[in-house]
Amino acid sequence: MTTASNAEGLGRPTGSAVARLSALRRRHSVQRTVWRALVYVILLAGSVFMLAPYVWMLSTALKSPAATFTFPPTWIPEPVVWANFTEALEAMQFPILLKNTLQVTVYALAGGLLTSTMVAYGFARTRFPGRNVLFLVLLATMMLPSQVTMIPVYIIYKNLGWVDTLRPLWVGSLFGGGAFYIFLMRQFFMTLPRELDEAAAMDGCGTVAVLWRILLPLSKPALATVAIFSFMGHWNDFMTPLIYVNSIPKMTLALGLHIFRGTYQTQWNYLMAASLVVMLPCLILFFLAQNYFIQGIALTGMKA
Amino acid sequence: MAQATATTHRRSGGFWGRIRQSDLSEALWGYFLISPWLVGLLIFVAGPMLYSVYLSLTRYNLMSAPQWVGAFNYGYLAADPLVWQSLKVTAIYTFLGVPMRVVLALLVAMLLNQQVRAMPLFRTIFYLPSVVSGVAVAILWMWILSPEYGLLNSALAKVGITGPRWLMDQDTALFAMIVMSLWGVGANMVIFLAALQGVPQHLYEAADVEGASRLQKTWHVTIPSISPSTFFVLIMSIIGSFQVFTQGFVMTNGGPNNSTLFYVLYLYRNAFQLLRMGYASALAWVLFIIIMACTALVLRSSALWVYYEGELKK
Repeated sequence: MTTASNAEGLGRPTGSAVARLSALRRRHSVQRTVWRALVYVILLAGSVFMLAPYVWMLSTALKSPAATFTFPPTWIPEPVVWANFTEALEAMQFPILLKNTLQVTVYALAGGLLTSTMVAYGFARTRFPGRNVLFLVLLATMMLPSQVTMIPVYIIYKNLGWVDTLRPLWVGSLFGGGAFYIFLMRQFFMTLPRELDEAAAMDGCGTVAVLWRILLPLSKPALATVAIFSFMGHWNDFMTPLIYVNSIPKMTLALGLHIFRGTYQTQWNYLMAASLVVMLPCLILFFLAQNYFIQGIALTGMKA
Repeated sequence: MAQATATTHRRSGGFWGRIRQSDLSEALWGYFLISPWLVGLLIFVAGPMLYSVYLSLTRYNLMSAPQWVGAFNYGYLAADPLVWQSLKVTAIYTFLGVPMRVVLALLVAMLLNQQVRAMPLFRTIFYLPSVVSGVAVAILWMWILSPEYGLLNSALAKVGITGPRWLMDQDTALFAMIVMSLWGVGANMVIFLAALQGVPQHLYEAADVEGASRLQKTWHVTIPSISPSTFFVLIMSIIGSFQVFTQGFVMTNGGPNNSTLFYVLYLYRNAFQLLRMGYASALAWVLFIIIMACTALVLRSSALWVYYEGELKK
């Protein structure tokens, strides 16, 4: 482009306006190239900051204990010790923790999806006195710090004899799954045209059939988003199991990992191997359903 | 959302005017559908909130019945140096960390919005750390921040800087946690990116016609246009930041010398390690009031800097 405007400038009589224009263009294009280069450099530097911890974690997870403590540290483990994974997982009683975590996440996910859909449908599509006030209450509970209700809820579960069981970790999800999920589903239902319901009702669909046959098949993206957030939330939840569970046979992975760290203080190869395994399902889920993550996050930000 | 509420108003206006069979059955369906949440609201929110107010006025250790002490807990709290320390730690983490995270998220989103090639790849990379959270991340960063063998200090050593002792030093521990929180900037970045892509193109074209520079366009078009998202991100970040717990508990257990004693960590200790349930309830209500005050402040200020589409700019 620069050469083209040069040629143009040379070919014509020394019109100063043309020369100035071509100089301006040249400067503009140089500026743009510099700007672009700068953007890429910053983005690449940022990417290193984002990715290096993962690579570092994997590298350490495969190192021998001696190789862990070298300075300066090396990136390529020498020798590669795959046994770190099996040894760390065995020491932290991984199978029990995994079973408990799966139980909690699956129960909470199923209960949360079912009830949040139901409640959201009620708010989006039916009219009843007090609906607007109740919806405002729902929004307000999203702002409520959970620490305010934490102690009384603990006392409830304690009186039920549920301390040191898995129930307190998922039973709450049966009551709408959390205000945030209800809100998300309700916003999604609001985007679906009401004519769909009316046409279905005309064809003899009842209230439940409209939800089940018409709205839900159209709501897969929102359902997926809720499912992903619920899974991640319960998988990574630390404070709830910390409060309710105190014996290893009832622990989830998040809490088990913390206990494991208490025992293997400085054996970073084991700690990194275990941490990596605990993170892995979330990472895999992200790569399988990346668009739902991004959509879901963006959707929540758009509501305002 | 504003539109949705408007529709609701119109519809519910005539409700009591003409109660028909179908309206009644629709209302019954409505209550039935929201009943799980309604029951949960009573059992897990409204009831506990009332009980928590009561507990905060008692001394209670779970063993014997709560003992009424009036406002004693609140007076004790105001004189408790650890409460002030934990408030200081949490305030620094919030008022230093949140602006850093919000500005960084916005900058990255703006860079990615520059018709960058491989944008989806960069977006994935920057979002990736937000996918993981909790204990595993805390342990990973303990290793990265390790003074002798950690990644960060060895990188600093490469450029000739002797890194501090990070989590082991009371002067740097909190700052290290703020740096660590920057790693999870991706979630907010995605919100900003969506907002940036929603800025109407004709605004930029109009600015071009007036000969606005890149900086002017950013300041006068982009920033006001995405301000509703900034507002949302800011409020959510502040609320989340006040409730930070896992990092402080797992990485430093509040130390060294209480320099990372987050407010919720101190609350947890009182409730579940010292079994001071009454006192911890009072702490929870103070947290609630602080969060509400901050939210209200941002909300109040929003009239000055948040523009909604269709609203006339002053």
